[in-house]
Amino acid sequence: MSVQDFLLELRSEEIPARMQEKARADLAALFEARLQALNLPFESIESYATPRRLALIVRGVAEMTAAASEERKGPRADAPAQAIEGFLRSTGLSREQLVERDDGKGNKVLFAVIDRPGIVAGSVLASAITGAITAFPWPKSMRWGAASSSTESQRWVRPLQGIIALLGDKLVPVEIAGVKSASVTVGHRFHHPGGITIGSANDYIEKLRACHVIVDGAERRNIIALGAKMAAQKAGLTLIEDDGLLYENAGLTEWPMPLLGRFDEAFLDVPPEVIQLTARVNQKYFVCRDSAGKLANAFVCVANIDAADGGEKIVEGNQKVLAARLSDARFFYETDLKTRLEDLTPKLEKIVFHEKLGTVADKVDRVAKLARWLAEEGIVKADPDQAERAARLAKADLVTGMVGEFPELQGLMGGYYAAAQGEPAAVAEAIRDHYKPVGQGDDVPTAPVTVAVALADKLDSITSFFGVDLKPSGSKDPFALRRSALGVIALILDNGLRFPLTKSASKDVLDFFADRLKVQQKEAGVRHDLIDAVFALGGEDDLVRLLARVKALQSFVTSEDGRNLLAGYKRAANILKKETWAPGEVADNEIYEAEPAEAALREALDVAEPKAEAAVEAEDYEAAMAALASLRAPIDKFFDDVTVVDPDAFKREMRLGLLARIRDAVNNVADFSKIEG
Amino acid sequence: MAEPLSFQRMILTLHDYWADKGCVILQPYDMRMGAGTFHPATTLRALGPEPWNAAFVQPCRRPTDGRYGENPNRLQHYYQYQVILKPSPPDLQNLYLGSLAAIGIDFTKHDIRFVEDDWESPTLGAWGLGWEVWCDGMEVTQFTYFQQMGGFDCKPVAGELTYGLERLAMYIQNKDSVYDLAFNDQGVTYGDVFLENEKQMSKYNFEVADTDTLFDGFRKAVAECENCLANNVPIAAYEQAIEASHLFNLLQARGVISVAERQAYIGRVRDLAKGSCEAWIAHMTPSWQAKYPEWTV
Repeated sequence: MSVQDFLLELRSEEIPARMQEKARADLAALFEARLQALNLPFESIESYATPRRLALIVRGVAEMTAAASEERKGPRADAPAQAIEGFLRSTGLSREQLVERDDGKGNKVLFAVIDRPGIVAGSVLASAITGAITAFPWPKSMRWGAASSSTESQRWVRPLQGIIALLGDKLVPVEIAGVKSASVTVGHRFHHPGGITIGSANDYIEKLRACHVIVDGAERRNIIALGAKMAAQKAGLTLIEDDGLLYENAGLTEWPMPLLGRFDEAFLDVPPEVIQLTARVNQKYFVCRDSAGKLANAFVCVANIDAADGGEKIVEGNQKVLAARLSDARFFYETDLKTRLEDLTPKLEKIVFHEKLGTVADKVDRVAKLARWLAEEGIVKADPDQAERAARLAKADLVTGMVGEFPELQGLMGGYYAAAQGEPAAVAEAIRDHYKPVGQGDDVPTAPVTVAVALADKLDSITSFFGVDLKPSGSKDPFALRRSALGVIALILDNGLRFPLTKSASKDVLDFFADRLKVQQKEAGVRHDLIDAVFALGGEDDLVRLLARVKALQSFVTSEDGRNLLAGYKRAANILKKETWAPGEVADNEIYEAEPAEAALREALDVAEPKAEAAVEAEDYEAAMAALASLRAPIDKFFDDVTVVDPDAFKREMRLGLLARIRDAVNNVADFSKIEG
Repeated sequence: MAEPLSFQRMILTLHDYWADKGCVILQPYDMRMGAGTFHPATTLRALGPEPWNAAFVQPCRRPTDGRYGENPNRLQHYYQYQVILKPSPPDLQNLYLGSLAAIGIDFTKHDIRFVEDDWESPTLGAWGLGWEVWCDGMEVTQFTYFQQMGGFDCKPVAGELTYGLERLAMYIQNKDSVYDLAFNDQGVTYGDVFLENEKQMSKYNFEVADTDTLFDGFRKAVAECENCLANNVPIAAYEQAIEASHLFNLLQARGVISVAERQAYIGRVRDLAKGSCEAWIAHMTPSWQAKYPEWTV
């Protein structure tokens, strides 16, 4: 059987850039699933997206599905007419088409032999096209045109305008939403608005290229990346790369042409983050750095046309738009600078933080007190006045014009305004960075005043929301408390803060932190059972100490001594459990001849117990583990030589007592019963 | 290249263009409103089965956008050019591009793009999918396929084009300030016509408008809307929704509506608009179904 390639193009009005990559993958996946379900063999599938088309090429499609034959056993030939009729109905055959066979017991039984001939690829593909379009998972879709008089009309991301469906060079006829498949498409909207006849999957990409359409998104991204880089280089600048912009611009163009434009240098007085954000969010422009590494007064826009004048007018137009945007930004910046942050704080009384937790002003007050306390207690080595000052001003930028326009600049703008208004550098920096760290991988603040405010802000959110029973559950975490908790953990660990969490947190908050800590430490390769083993001791609310303990434990239990001790411990604990041993049942004045291994273990315990205890006290967990390690040999010897469950009740009790000492000595360092393995 | 079109010539050209395409050319609605979409020729006519093709200029009032005539791009009063085509024709994009060519935009030298922008009006209970149309990076038109209006499915869907006339004119005439636009071909500028208006009205919107009167007006508009609904005159009811919406915008500009209250006010206006649309549908359904027996709400 010979194989052929299949081409599908679904042409529509402009598909949103952000949806194209997923749509392309969805189309391929839907087709693959359908062809497999329909038993039509093929070699491979590739898919493409541009603003105006989704395309799919299936390589090596078989001529038809495999033929199949099915036999179904029916009633006996002498069965009542009703039963036979029912069988005929279910098989769709007539009585004459049934076959009679002997069942070996002398009865004639009816059989239906149903031949399913192979289905030609064209009709399988036609049904796959209809199925894929009907089931397509667009994030948002719409109705259009006269057919939309009914809400049942075909939906698509934007009006569907054309379908190419070619198997080899033959049309696969389908009709969807009034659009009939054909072999004609259109090229670039302005370079080649007329029809283009496609011969087969093999000339599709190149014919469109000749008509100023680059079908492959990856190729368009490369053109933009390279072109933008070159344009910057030509101007003696370095492009600031941005993957998001690359995808977005590739999703807005069929024939991308990166062009460099300039803006008035005077705008560079505005903070560079503001310029970059304005250019990126509002205009989808790249920006550049000069040789000193500073933001340059240049941008790269990506046009969708090879303009007759080389792009001169396009650059001129884009420059004008950016200038208007930047003067707006500068207007906000200059207006904001005229009002001191402290004069803005009364406005926070009007912004509800959460209906159960009062206004943002209420939150600021709580955070300010907590930040001061953290500094006064010496938990963070910051100046208490500065910590409180920074906290009191930290949210004021929420009511500035600039943050109103660009919410993602919160904190950053406050930092700029505070510095410009003469606040100490430490205060301005704390205002700027107090939202950090935002998610894993973000910088963790280390400047003391910043740490105090950042920690206070997050702790307040967690304890406040827990206080009104708005805890994260399952996938729901509307107030991002998990992220806040990870932030708190990172701030404490990275800065080595000695901070007993119980001082400001309830039991459920502590458990919440324990969970987050496990998540966070898992990524660092720390075993969650070891964290449990240390947490289970209770009373440990100092994360730095806790983690030091966990780390010492991890290196110990992965050593040979540790593994053996763990085995010995588990054996001891099991025996104690089995014998339901409880202390204090034995008169201690009786004397008996202890066996050597027994005496040796007692001596070892006499030495190790106080050592381990002292080491834990001194937070020297390595030493505590070393003390435990000294027990390993005596324990092994004890189990080898001594029968614990001696017929003599007294001996038995004494030996069980020894095992209990082992268990307790070990548990004093960590709850080994929680350790796996 | 020929002399660029004056502001008024551009409007006349669009009128000619869309009249040729079968649109009814309407005059502006005689009420203050924030967008051309509020015009009953858009809002109410987007509902129901009857074909409807119309084009008109609508003055828009955005009190909070006033800049006392000092900002070259921002105005509290400006013009939108609205086209509504129901059902949306299959070649709407090309029809639209034809209108840009008619007012002098050369597609070989400019970069026209359709950038995703889903439109939603919380005060009208309406939404649609479409784009902002960019010309060399500047948004010149909002292009929307209405899906719902007043909370009701649009059956059929209408296509709506909203041109920002001042922006387009600044672009075509290559002016940096709206006030420098040639309004006509005899030397009258946009500033001659509107600068004093911007100065006075910005001051009025931000500083002068009596807030008690505005609050009172809002309450009265709400009451009058309900009165109209009770008496089955949905067009009159909808006018009161427009009025309430504008008074709310003025109250916002005066800074007397708190963040918490804001949503409640928007909700009130939406209820009026939705109620009017619902009443309009109820009122019209018998005649719609007489002509289109298949049609249902």
